Amino acid sequence: MDFISQHPVLVAAVVKIAVLLFIVMTALAYLTWLERKVIAHIQSRWGPYNVGAHGLLQPLADGIKFLFKEDVTPPAADRLIYTLAPFLALALGLSAIALIPFGPPSALFPNGQQIFSVVDLNIGLLFLFAITSMGVYGIALAGWSSNSKYALLGGLRSSAQMISYEVSLTISVVGVILLAGTLNLNEIIGGVPNSSTGQTGYWLHFIPKWNVIPQFVGFLCYLTAAIAETNRVPFDLPEAETELVAGFHTEYSAFKFAMFFMAEYANMITVSCLATILFLGGWLSPFPETWTWQNYLPGAGLLILAAYCAWNTVSEMRGIARLQLGVVTLLAGGGGLICLYPPIAAGIQGPFWFTAKILAILFFYIWMRATLPRFRYDQLMSFGWKLLLPVSLANLVITAFVIVWPLLRKG
Amino acid sequence: MSIPVIMFFVCALVAVAGAVVLILAREPIHSALALVVVMMALAVLYLLLGAPFIAAVQIIVYAGAIMVLFVFVIMLLNAGVEERTDFSKLAKFAGVPLGFFLLLEIAHWLVHSPVGAAIANGAGSSAGEASTTELSEMLFRQYLFPFEATSILILIAILGALVLARKEE
Repeated sequence: MDFISQHPVLVAAVVKIAVLLFIVMTALAYLTWLERKVIAHIQSRWGPYNVGAHGLLQPLADGIKFLFKEDVTPPAADRLIYTLAPFLALALGLSAIALIPFGPPSALFPNGQQIFSVVDLNIGLLFLFAITSMGVYGIALAGWSSNSKYALLGGLRSSAQMISYEVSLTISVVGVILLAGTLNLNEIIGGVPNSSTGQTGYWLHFIPKWNVIPQFVGFLCYLTAAIAETNRVPFDLPEAETELVAGFHTEYSAFKFAMFFMAEYANMITVSCLATILFLGGWLSPFPETWTWQNYLPGAGLLILAAYCAWNTVSEMRGIARLQLGVVTLLAGGGGLICLYPPIAAGIQGPFWFTAKILAILFFYIWMRATLPRFRYDQLMSFGWKLLLPVSLANLVITAFVIVWPLLRKG
Repeated sequence: MSIPVIMFFVCALVAVAGAVVLILAREPIHSALALVVVMMALAVLYLLLGAPFIAAVQIIVYAGAIMVLFVFVIMLLNAGVEERTDFSKLAKFAGVPLGFFLLLEIAHWLVHSPVGAAIANGAGSSAGEASTTELSEMLFRQYLFPFEATSILILIAILGALVLARKEE
């Protein structure tokens, strides 16, 4: 007890990390479900359907399968690094999320604390880049230590790709930093104490002042580079199965493979969060504050979901699936009713909009995967260096010029 | 002991251990990884000194960019295990004693210099974090010329590397 009262910050951080880890791990599991479902429906299939109603228990089944499969280590592998690589990938992927503010500070507490992120750093954006820039190691080391030619080629390709696109990724963000004049993620969104207005406010009373409008080119560059950084289609060269079997994780099995899988999805969530914060106004609502009915949107959404589930339970589900979907109906309905209670409805506004924007970007990711074919390696490199980098540099120079020009004219 | 002091000793130990592994490891990749560990430990030390910007840049530039290129090149060349030569006589009779002498000298200087004592009494530690704005004002006003000169030097080095690496036609 003595220790707890002496170090309140430390204890609060540990509690937040535990909660965040639980939420993120669940989100990772159900992101795989969402991806399989969305791709299946885009391709006129059903996707997972049998394990649980609508395949809702599929992530759980996959997790158990990963845990109980045999964990093979190739005899010629470098054992230490072979084991270290998946841990490194997953740890870096997850720790980046600690910096993300999922909601406005002091939404529920009067003394202005930021309770929706684990840490609130003045150079949060730089630290985020520091963590993500280490992400290459997991993949490169996995490729090298497996001592297999496919894994090595996959690791080499992905290192080259991630180094190349990290340059454009960072430079496309600098335009936003220039506009915001700060590296603090909360202040970039704006509307927090001791900051400029950030992305709050409206043009013509209804167009939100999000950075995506003045920095549209930067947003496109960021999104493209982010997809390449996370090794997703159409930039999934490191694991091009037609050429490299499975790339850097060819030799990995069981839970070590699952860790790479989870790291990829954690990175997807991180870059989506960052796109939301930098370009889409973070936790800010797209509607003016005077429209108070928007407080009831999360509750109404959950109630509509509950109504759909109830209809689906009665009309289509049979046997155990009917019971499972019934539980989902009750959870969604109960959650929806709780979210309609005015103080809670006002308190969850920030996280609700933040989550909605992340989900939109993640859906875009999955949509890309279902639609686009893969780049050829030389196309990938020339696209990154000859198109993306010059465009993001030009965006940076023009933004800097627009910001400095009025200052120069004044004196 | 307070938490920063414990953190300092842990990171200092990790940095020194990483440096020793860097020299002793026979696989080039192990050496490179040990160097990454040293960089990370140094970054935490910068944090403890109240310089978070330098800490972040240390990780981004050294651990995240330069060492990634090192690892990339080692992987690309698939460099084998280092060969060990016998301990050379010059190193045994001159290098090792001189190394110890240097260590003693540094220790002596740290213990007896007024600067070391002042730092130990908390003179150098800043009240809070140095802000990014202050740092950039130093770089782009006070030290503008050395900063730009360094940039040009690096640019020349890059061009030189390009010229050297270009194939003869």
